Amino acid sequence: MIELESVSKKFGATIALHETDLCIDARRTTVLIGPSGCGKSTILRLIIGLLEPTTGTIRIEGQPVSASNVLALRRRIGYVIQEGGLFAHLTAAQNVLLMAKHLKQPAGQMQTRLRELCELTHFPENALTRYPVELSGGQRQRVSLMRALMLQPSVLLLDEPLGALDPMVRARLQDELKEIFERLQQTIVLVTHDMAEAGFFANLIVLLNEGRVVQTGTLDDLRTRPASTFVRDFLHAQRGLAAI
Amino acid sequence: MKSAAILFTIFAFCPVAQPQQIVVGSKKFTESYVLGEIAKTALQNAGFTVEHKQGMGGTIILWEALRGGKIALYPEYTGTIAEEILKTTQPLSTAEMRALLRQKGVGMTGELGFSNTYALVMQRDRAAKLGIRKISDLRNHPELNIGVTHEFLDRQDGWAPLSARYGLQMHNVRGIDHALGYAALANGSIELKDAYSTDAKIAENNLIVLDDDLHFFPQYKAVFLYRLGTDHRAVAALEKLAGTLDETRMTRLNAEAERTKNYGLAAALYFGEKPKRLAGELVGKIGRWTWRHLELVGASLVLAVVAGIPLGIRASRPGAISDFILAASGVIQTIPSLALLALLVPLPFFGISPATAIFALFLYSLLPIVRNTATGLQDIPAAVRESAAALGLEPHAQLWKVFLPLASRTILAGIKTSAIINVGTATLAALIGVGGLGEPIISGLNLNDYRTILQGAIPAALLALLVQFVFDGLDRVIIPKGLRLKQ
Repeated sequence: MIELESVSKKFGATIALHETDLCIDARRTTVLIGPSGCGKSTILRLIIGLLEPTTGTIRIEGQPVSASNVLALRRRIGYVIQEGGLFAHLTAAQNVLLMAKHLKQPAGQMQTRLRELCELTHFPENALTRYPVELSGGQRQRVSLMRALMLQPSVLLLDEPLGALDPMVRARLQDELKEIFERLQQTIVLVTHDMAEAGFFANLIVLLNEGRVVQTGTLDDLRTRPASTFVRDFLHAQRGLAAI
Repeated sequence: MKSAAILFTIFAFCPVAQPQQIVVGSKKFTESYVLGEIAKTALQNAGFTVEHKQGMGGTIILWEALRGGKIALYPEYTGTIAEEILKTTQPLSTAEMRALLRQKGVGMTGELGFSNTYALVMQRDRAAKLGIRKISDLRNHPELNIGVTHEFLDRQDGWAPLSARYGLQMHNVRGIDHALGYAALANGSIELKDAYSTDAKIAENNLIVLDDDLHFFPQYKAVFLYRLGTDHRAVAALEKLAGTLDETRMTRLNAEAERTKNYGLAAALYFGEKPKRLAGELVGKIGRWTWRHLELVGASLVLAVVAGIPLGIRASRPGAISDFILAASGVIQTIPSLALLALLVPLPFFGISPATAIFALFLYSLLPIVRNTATGLQDIPAAVRESAAALGLEPHAQLWKVFLPLASRTILAGIKTSAIINVGTATLAALIGVGGLGEPIISGLNLNDYRTILQGAIPAALLALLVQFVFDGLDRVIIPKGLRLKQ
């Protein structure tokens, strides 16, 4: 479980996140959604300690995030971003194993885990020796996901993981990702601006606008009982929604 | 068989076929050595076997050796002949001098061209401080420490008659070896000494020649004195040298001889040819210069990498300290290298030493390395930085395992730039006597001799190419493969 208690974030005079209380349930998929600049990515960065909150406290499984435990916490959190953030100087396998090697895990254990992950993410094992520039966009995101899952984290954060992919690849990866989420049974927080994607993945949707949580609920809740005109407008702006 | 033996006997005793050994003598100073070598080469070219007895001593020793037949010839000066050998006080014409010498069984060649007169020299700044420009100015400074050659001390045209003519009453006059005298002059243990006007040391040590305002010193035109009865072809070969050496040329040969301590080489320069045995020496010398050059470049580059990369890492973060680091390494780059050396030499620890050259080169190497390290790190995309942090890597592990490898291409390019610039800049090390490929370049410039310049310039250019080539190879080893692949 991840709790945000009166958490806010300011960058100089700009408020990225107003004081927010938010509870993200364990073993469920929570989707943060909203227009650009609504504060959804800021929340992810606050959780993983890339940003420090201006006010308030963040607790991960009851433990407050602080400078002293942030490294240990990060190793229990997987983080996948839109561009993948793969390290160009390392092969796919080296990217995935970087942290495990840094923590000096036994080689046999690492290889077993690597094969498991290939199987889970449908990544071809013979492509493990390739460098990021030699991989397709979809393959890169699979490697990024494997890297995030390598240390068997209890929390998985994904910041628009499929945002940079073309629609065909994206649709296939959505299916696969959902299947992975179901197999993992982990606390998952996914950020997107696509309501269809949110509805597809989410147990719970958190809709944000201008640094505030506007409404929390299922897609149905948002559709049938919009908390404000913004909620209705945001849903209407998503054209493909009727197809779900 | 019998006739063959007769033929052999005839050939063996035939004076035409018999190689004649000629012994050349010289006095104990550079110019005399060089002239001796020139005579030796000229005679060898005329088909004689020649031995050169270098630096036998002063005038009397050489004159006696000539008269006694130990040597066949030696270089001498007309002034010395008149004053020391013929001991006349009357001015003599060349013909009169020849006639007088003939009576003593000695011949004299025509004048070689230059006149090497005696001169009194002082350190330029010391003379300026005391207000001394001419010899008569010495009257006001009887306390000066004077060190003259023993020969000058005793000569008829030397110290005593000079003092009498100028009315000098100097308190501290002592005899000192000619070459050592220059060192003594440089470190201030003496303040005035005698010299020869074509001496390369005068310009080299920034000395001033005192004006001979009462015209005491006679003209000293160089000639060869030879024993009458020396093979006429040998004399003809020596006569060919007459009029071929003007002052500029002689000074240049002296400078070359002083620099290389190789009088044969200076003589070869006169004949405009390189003796075969010198080819090997040249290769050896270029090898030594190149090695020293590599030492300077290598040591300074290692220091610059060790200091420059950490500075670059620090400068990659935003803030005033970073601005300062980049500005400071930029400002160093704008100081002319000559000025930087001049600024370092007076500092304690540095002085005239390889450390000074290495430190100056180190300072010049910093900017490309610092700037490229900073830029390389700053250019890493935010997504990659975030990913490295989000994995839970400690900051130093992020740097070593992710950021530095990703920036390696840019950092290496900076090091390569520094190395290549350094190969060029290191030639200036020769200005402070540290050697390297700048040595022939700078001597060549001083002597206006492009061949000597090329002896340094060509290896330096090749070295720069080699450095580039080596670094291109290093790219393959150091830059990770993933960064070298094309999408």
